[in-house]
Amino acid sequence: MKKSFLFISCEEAKHICDKAQYNEATGWERVKLGIRLSWCKVTRAYSNRNNRLTKTVNDANVSYMKHNEKDQLKTAFEKQLLSKD
Amino acid sequence: MTTHTLDPNKWIDKYADYLFNYTIARINDRDLAQDFVQETFFAGLKSMENFKGKASERTWLVSILKRKIIDQYRKNNSKKGQAKVKINFNDDAENEGDWLEQRVADPFDKTAEDTLENEELGSAIYECLDKLPEKQAEVFKMKTILGCDTEQICNELNITASNLWVIIHRARTSMASCLESNWF
Repeated sequence: MKKSFLFISCEEAKHICDKAQYNEATGWERVKLGIRLSWCKVTRAYSNRNNRLTKTVNDANVSYMKHNEKDQLKTAFEKQLLSKD
Repeated sequence: MTTHTLDPNKWIDKYADYLFNYTIARINDRDLAQDFVQETFFAGLKSMENFKGKASERTWLVSILKRKIIDQYRKNNSKKGQAKVKINFNDDAENEGDWLEQRVADPFDKTAEDTLENEELGSAIYECLDKLPEKQAEVFKMKTILGCDTEQICNELNITASNLWVIIHRARTSMASCLESNWF
């Protein structure tokens, strides 16, 4: 078995960790990340920080306007701006 | 003391999301929140000459929005006296919570402190997002807050998937550092 088959670089581990925050990492990628996390302090620190950020954003429950909602608002406001000028 | 100025051409990009989140936390109605944000901008435009420059643009717009939300609360409360109270007891024996006491909201579920903390956290997130480059902020918002698919974001912003992950990585690193100094 090739070493690179199971062992990944720190950069790749960070990339998988980012994907995992959005549930987009595959099972195999998670396995590779798990192995890296077991021995690499840098990846572990990055992963903890990343998980904390996800939890914080989820806890804050912030809402944003969707693109179409914002476009509607922009159109209406621009009309109003023009009529003011 | 610095004197602030108004630039309505940038209002939508800079403050629409902030005001929208502020409203939705208070009235929990997406359509109404959108109307309020629009009305706030219109009212701001009309009363620009009243702006003295003592507060920031955002604070000034929030104060207009607050008045609109208070008016809405008053309107709702004035209707309350006329409302009929309808409580249906469960006929279905399988359902729990037949007793009225069991159907009352748990007062410990969400406290005023939780709400306040969430609002402060929301503001901290907005402030950190403001510091990100425009593209990073946009991608982070779409992916993390709106929960859009990778494919959808790539199509809308005309970027590749690998490009998206690089942007996400940079945005997350900056957001984590910013929140660490402002919040944690």
